[in-house]
Amino acid sequence: MTLLSARRLSKSYGRGGGLVRAVDDVDLDVGAGETVAVMGPSGCGKSTLLHLLGGLDRPDSGEITLAGERVDQQGERGLARLRRDAVGFVFQAFYLMDELTAVENVELPALLAGRSPRAARGRALELLERTGLKDRARFLPSALSGGQRQRVAIARALANDPLLVLADEPTGNLDSAATLEVLRLFEGLHEAGQTLVVVTHDARIAATADRLITMRDGAFVDETRLTGGTSGSLARLAGLAGLDPEA
Amino acid sequence: MQQEVVLAMLAKEPTYGYELRARFRQALGPVGAELNAGQIYVTLTRLERAGLVSVTAEPGQTRPDRRVYELTAGGQQRVAAWLAEVAWPRPDLAEFHLKLIAAAAAGLADPVAIVDAQRRELLRRLRDVQRAALAEPGTSDAALLLEGIALRLQADLRWLEACERTWTTRRSES
Repeated sequence: MTLLSARRLSKSYGRGGGLVRAVDDVDLDVGAGETVAVMGPSGCGKSTLLHLLGGLDRPDSGEITLAGERVDQQGERGLARLRRDAVGFVFQAFYLMDELTAVENVELPALLAGRSPRAARGRALELLERTGLKDRARFLPSALSGGQRQRVAIARALANDPLLVLADEPTGNLDSAATLEVLRLFEGLHEAGQTLVVVTHDARIAATADRLITMRDGAFVDETRLTGGTSGSLARLAGLAGLDPEA
Repeated sequence: MQQEVVLAMLAKEPTYGYELRARFRQALGPVGAELNAGQIYVTLTRLERAGLVSVTAEPGQTRPDRRVYELTAGGQQRVAAWLAEVAWPRPDLAEFHLKLIAAAAAGLADPVAIVDAQRRELLRRLRDVQRAALAEPGTSDAALLLEGIALRLQADLRWLEACERTWTTRRSES
């Protein structure tokens, strides 16, 4: 079942000779429970695409439908509701509130959505447990490592059980160990059936996806399923050709 | 060296052995420094015997006849098959590099499309390796080996990004 679809989506910046077609006539369908990665060189339009899909920015033309509802036709209030309830965002720079503790950051979207403080706190603690940070719940972001902050941000993105999680370079600021933590978390979300669109330079994050889209100059130039059909065995990858019946 | 590499470097147009060696020098720089002329001529002879290359003698006036090497139809097919083949983990960067150069020089295939195909394959493998690594407990010895494979694949993927940048630029300039 298709959860998110975009048709003939376009967005440009500037004008005349300085016109940049950041997203140029793009079609995209994302199935419920699917993880889609978008890769491409800097400036190829992948972040702009993500912003359009999540209602953070408006397209010049084209349609976006999320669970049967037209995102591109929403007014400001409709978009604000959509961003709060239906979509969870994860950014490279975390964007946590510095003066709030981890659990307060995570429960904030639920409180804004009108849930009771009790329910919001309960859900936030549950999410922190899921992201392996229950014992850090009362810490301020400044007392957490980069990887821990990003896990708090991911827990926050899940606070209102969004239909869709959008992540923009989620490991862009992280070292390799912290990347691995985020990777584990994304694999877990995927297994739990969360729909995920992630824009990234990081091959390790891209490799968690079911489907990979390559963008260049605002357009999709390559699209491929990463699931199934791999040709190499692990033994061969490790150079153990002698033990591999295929070799 | 892969016979197909010699074939592919010949694909641009028929040429003399000397000119073919110059193409390799141009494409490989110092990496090709140890490539000796004999290797190329031995390979050409084998390719001729296999019917993949044909040779015509061009009469020389002061020097002995010069031999002009040309791909046969079978040779062209072999090159096309080799360009489409996605080979890894043979750590043969030079072969892949020459594949891109030969494809572009002879106009036989889009180097960027070859890079895309290679990236797809490496990402699929990275996915498999990563899933295997995440399934291991952190203390396992196998996890360390799998980490090594993942890091190698990442390094190759980064080089592919550089290949993509260069060949996308060259394509848009030509």
